[in-house]
Amino acid sequence: MARYIFKRLIGMMIVIFIVLTIAFIIVRLAPGDPAALMLGPDASAEDAAALRQQLGLDRPIMVQYLSFVGNALQGNLGESLFFNQPVTQVLAGRAEPTIFLSLFSLLIALVIATPIGIYAAYRRGSFLDQAAITTAMLAASIPSFWTGLMLQRYLATDLGWFPVSGYGGPDTGFLERMRYLLLPSIVLGIVNSALILRFTRASMLDILGEDYIRTARSKGMGERRVVLRHALKNAAIPIITVVGLTFALLVSGAVVTERVFNIPGMGNLVVSAVLRRDYPVIQGALIVVASLYVLINLLTDLLYLVVDKRVKY
Amino acid sequence: MTAASVTNEPKFLALLFSRRAVLIALIVFVAIAGLCLLATLVAPADPAKMSVRARLSPPGGDFLLGADAFGRDVLSRLLFAGQVSLSIGLGVAALSSVIGVIIGLMAGFFRKLDAPMSRLIDAMMAFPDILLAIALVSILGGSIVNVVIALSIVYAPRIARIVRASTLVIRELPYVEAAVALGSSTLTIMVTHVLRNILSPIIVQATFIFAYAMLAEAGLSFLGVGLDPTTPSWGTMINEGRQYIDQAAYLILFPGLAISISVLSLQLIGDGLRDALDPRLAKDM
Repeated sequence: MARYIFKRLIGMMIVIFIVLTIAFIIVRLAPGDPAALMLGPDASAEDAAALRQQLGLDRPIMVQYLSFVGNALQGNLGESLFFNQPVTQVLAGRAEPTIFLSLFSLLIALVIATPIGIYAAYRRGSFLDQAAITTAMLAASIPSFWTGLMLQRYLATDLGWFPVSGYGGPDTGFLERMRYLLLPSIVLGIVNSALILRFTRASMLDILGEDYIRTARSKGMGERRVVLRHALKNAAIPIITVVGLTFALLVSGAVVTERVFNIPGMGNLVVSAVLRRDYPVIQGALIVVASLYVLINLLTDLLYLVVDKRVKY
Repeated sequence: MTAASVTNEPKFLALLFSRRAVLIALIVFVAIAGLCLLATLVAPADPAKMSVRARLSPPGGDFLLGADAFGRDVLSRLLFAGQVSLSIGLGVAALSSVIGVIIGLMAGFFRKLDAPMSRLIDAMMAFPDILLAIALVSILGGSIVNVVIALSIVYAPRIARIVRASTLVIRELPYVEAAVALGSSTLTIMVTHVLRNILSPIIVQATFIFAYAMLAEAGLSFLGVGLDPTTPSWGTMINEGRQYIDQAAYLILFPGLAISISVLSLQLIGDGLRDALDPRLAKDM
């Protein structure tokens, strides 16, 4: 097992290295001078030259690349051009709403999707099963920002059940800040529940066809006990996998949802960074999010070892 | 993973339409695409014609789906914008398939390339799609072609992964070995023996990518980092309508419905194709 973990760690490091390389290349894909592009059309030639020097763009490309990777591995993702602060600091300052938005919406998605997925698999082919699959497909077809705008208009603006937008002022307490995340989390939760529902249903169907379920039934065990104790316990692995997979979906969703509800999170920061041509921030966000994704997927794989004693690597 | 079912058309169609939802989805999608394609003929008004008096007219009367903040006919704009949204979806499905097939075939066929290319695919898939697309579009610029390129880069790894996995299996089959023994060139083997036999999963995945790309384009345009706002797409229409949501919710209702219905139809068609092209792939999902 130690060998497996070691192999996975090496693999993870290679992937993160490629992630860094892609992030480096993306900014250099820009046609023309990146410095002039970042400063916009009104900048003078001197300003562009100064920025080129500040970013090290006047050095040979290999030197730029090596220093970029070296810095990134030490946690230095460069300086934001707009905030004049280290990118890591800018990102960390916006992390709280994004982390809680992702966690709450994941929780909401799990609470909605897991029981329905299990029940749909158990009553396969029934009206409820059909309705559940169709609704899940529908939820995956509606743009999340559209659901967000609609619920914001009717539930927040008209009915006043939720704060319309924002994240409170600087003096707003923690609980009040979380209240601002309620509706956005519901929106994102609905979108993400689609994937989890389909996944839970499919894995439950596999498990319900297993021999040990038939054995449990033939021993005369009650249906409730069969489903909840035998089947659900074994469905844990696929559900863990899907939680790892939804991470990317959650981040994508958070970018858009934060924009709809004007939440000052990392997603909103990235979009503003694009509009301000603050490339170091975009680059930094790409690196942080992709590395987190790789790490979360490694952790979910390792979690299998804990949850399922049959899994041996 | 056989292509045999593709050649057996009546059976294939019977399988495809054995679920009524797939047939309905196909009819709906063809109708939407057809109307958009014929927009110049069927649109009731010039989509760019402004009218101060008609500003924010509610649906009904002269304006079946209402008029926007400039008094332009929403239905006509919806039809013309659909051309853009659907072309982007189709373009991304095609281009990402081409890129994905090339990468996947090479990774699956040449053992030495497999490890580096697979790691590249893993790394690309670690970026959340919207985030990577935002970064790429911000660098490339917001024209239709650039949005297609950016989204194709985002989705190509999904095709590449499937192609690689299928190629690994097919490569070991006796008929490939026979082709090698007969002296066929590597390219011939890759195209005629391997690619032809893995078309089914590629077509299925491309259908889903068509749907995802339409959603992603809408998301990018909504964020204001996608298409130039002057290019009407369903996404840019929602973005424009957003500021009038309190007075005229229909401005975002209709483009939203257009996206959702198209995407839902495509997903249903993709599901149907998966079941019909390759019953072994059919899952209860």
